[in-house]
Amino acid sequence: MREKTNVNDVDRSMYDFRNEEKDVYRVKEGLTPAIVEKISSEKHDPVWMQNFRLESLQIYNEMKVPDWGPSIEGLNMDDIVTYVRPNTKMSAKWSDVPEDIKDTFEKLGIPQAERKSLAGVGAQYDSELVYHNVREEVAAQGVVYTDMESALTGEYADMVKKHFMKLVTPRDHKFAALHGAVWSGGSFVYVPPGVSVEIPLQSYFRLNAPGAGQFEHTLIIVDEGAYLHFIEGCSAPKYNVANLHAGCVELFVGKNAKLRYSTIENWSKNMYNLNTKRALVEEGGTIEWVSGSFGSHVSYLYPMSVLNGEGARAEFTGITFAGKGQNLDTGTKVVHNAPKTTSYVNTKSISKDGGISTFRSSVVVKPQAKQSKSAVSCQSLMLDDISRSDTIPAMDIRTKDADVGHEARIGRISDEAVFYLMSRGISEEEARAMIVSGFADNVSKELPLEYAVEMNNLIRLEMKGSIG
Amino acid sequence: MMSNNLLEVKDLSVNVEEQQILRGINLNIGKGETHVLMGPNGAGKSTLGYTIMGNPKYSVTGGEIIFNGKNIVDEEVNVRAKDGIFLSFQNPIEIPGISLSNFIRSALEQRNGKRIRLWEFKKELKKAMEVLDMDESYAERDLNVGFSGGEKKKAEILQLLMLKPSLAILDETDSGLDVDAVRTVSKGVCEYQKDKEGSLLIITHNTKILESLHVDYTHVLVDGKIVTTGGAELVEEINNNGFDRFVKGE
Repeated sequence: MREKTNVNDVDRSMYDFRNEEKDVYRVKEGLTPAIVEKISSEKHDPVWMQNFRLESLQIYNEMKVPDWGPSIEGLNMDDIVTYVRPNTKMSAKWSDVPEDIKDTFEKLGIPQAERKSLAGVGAQYDSELVYHNVREEVAAQGVVYTDMESALTGEYADMVKKHFMKLVTPRDHKFAALHGAVWSGGSFVYVPPGVSVEIPLQSYFRLNAPGAGQFEHTLIIVDEGAYLHFIEGCSAPKYNVANLHAGCVELFVGKNAKLRYSTIENWSKNMYNLNTKRALVEEGGTIEWVSGSFGSHVSYLYPMSVLNGEGARAEFTGITFAGKGQNLDTGTKVVHNAPKTTSYVNTKSISKDGGISTFRSSVVVKPQAKQSKSAVSCQSLMLDDISRSDTIPAMDIRTKDADVGHEARIGRISDEAVFYLMSRGISEEEARAMIVSGFADNVSKELPLEYAVEMNNLIRLEMKGSIG
Repeated sequence: MMSNNLLEVKDLSVNVEEQQILRGINLNIGKGETHVLMGPNGAGKSTLGYTIMGNPKYSVTGGEIIFNGKNIVDEEVNVRAKDGIFLSFQNPIEIPGISLSNFIRSALEQRNGKRIRLWEFKKELKKAMEVLDMDESYAERDLNVGFSGGEKKKAEILQLLMLKPSLAILDETDSGLDVDAVRTVSKGVCEYQKDKEGSLLIITHNTKILESLHVDYTHVLVDGKIVTTGGAELVEEINNNGFDRFVKGE
């Protein structure tokens, strides 16, 4: 018998466990100046931050919900709890983390990964980080890796103030404003000039509370000639009420520096993922994005690279897998703001069971960005007749002295290919999974091994029972 | 009483998209025998190959396919493969993201239901690739992606040698190949025939591939029916006179 399963029941089982909510503190649902002030005082914000939050709230109230993408009608801000503090203080010792939370991250493989292959780990549970640790030898190089709250008042307070929401301002869009008002948690990383962090740092974000929002802020500054690989992972159990993720990532890549930012996002399918990520790259610097989007009900996600100095480079490798009930609008933006800048975008999207996957890209080449190059390639694979895949590329080229290319392909799994693999003894399900994994292969090659394995497992889980 | 037959095709009729292609085929292939299937274009030769392998596009409207004493008409393609049937494709499919080597290894593991030691596998693969004059680098390349026509066919025969089926159907494996490539492919088939004692059904309208192979039977398929069966000498005759005699005989 073929295995036929309800995909929702099966595929995220390893993420879909919930803990009883034992938070000491959660603010009321909805959004008012009083709630924002409450969050601010609970978090002991400096005065400037408290003002920043209130201004952001005002901007939020003035701005309209975007009307050009997937519907977010199911998201009612009056129902969302913006701040849920877990029942613990942040710790650098794994043993100090409360059992239920520890158990959560153990199940997700976080401490094992830290022991094996990471230079440092941060783990956020609902609104606050519960664990943060960095290897001694990395700290000895002068690398700072800490939670945002500590960074706000610590040694690097001025640096944080100088950069915080300067790249993504609250005026950017409604949910950036929301982020500015209620942000909590996230990581701050500073890599001093010339320091190369050989093994990756990782932050893992877990949203456990139903009907809550997660608004972590990640600020990374890689100084001149330095190198860092940062990994971000996200997941949540599924609830019947809407959850919201409106994080913000700001990356500053200095002269001749290089930053690789990898994400495997596996939010549950009740999540609205309205996340904003942006990198500013100076002369000769490189930003490399590796982005896997598997979860959420609705996603708006377009990491943006601003190539600000001559010879700056951006590479974006992404994969999006939209299953039943998912509308994932993902892509990337690049602004070529200086001469001889290059961008290379390579994305794959897969849709099945009525899932909608839209690839949206925007490449802007400014008049001064002479001799710049941009190549955008996106490929889509639809696994059945009820799924959808769209490609919306936009280009705004303001100089004739630039080399810009775009390529899009949309395909299906051919019966002939399945027959071919089966004729060698491979089952139909396995054959389809092989074809899909193969399609995603050049993305998984870019991921650290554990993540590539996780991604392949996700694909296999998604493909299980996909034969109707 | 068990017969010595590995494959017995009995009165097989097959439709493709409502159109009848095969009209009552009878064919017996014994263990270790080599059969050649010839016939004009559109006679249904490839259809027979696909049907034995189980391509769902080809629907059996009558008759039986008995393999190792079991009627396999309703078996899934991968089950037939595990039972020991192999089809070398006329146009092998390109599958990006899976290396030739990993593919063969997964296929072997799925067939045998157990993991295979990498070291032993690599050794055997290397040996088989040498027989086929294949550059080692092909093992790590994506399956058939960007392979030339000749390399694709060699990759098919490589799979044949590695998977060691009891019956191999070669569908126009020699078509579109230059003389050297045909010789190499033929060497691989020879190895399968001799060392593995495999049975063969060779679908071809080119006789070059047969020159170095021992042929037991030749069948001529015209308009969905086998009209003549003979020995190796029939190949020679068709080579000289074509199919006219059989077509006119209708």
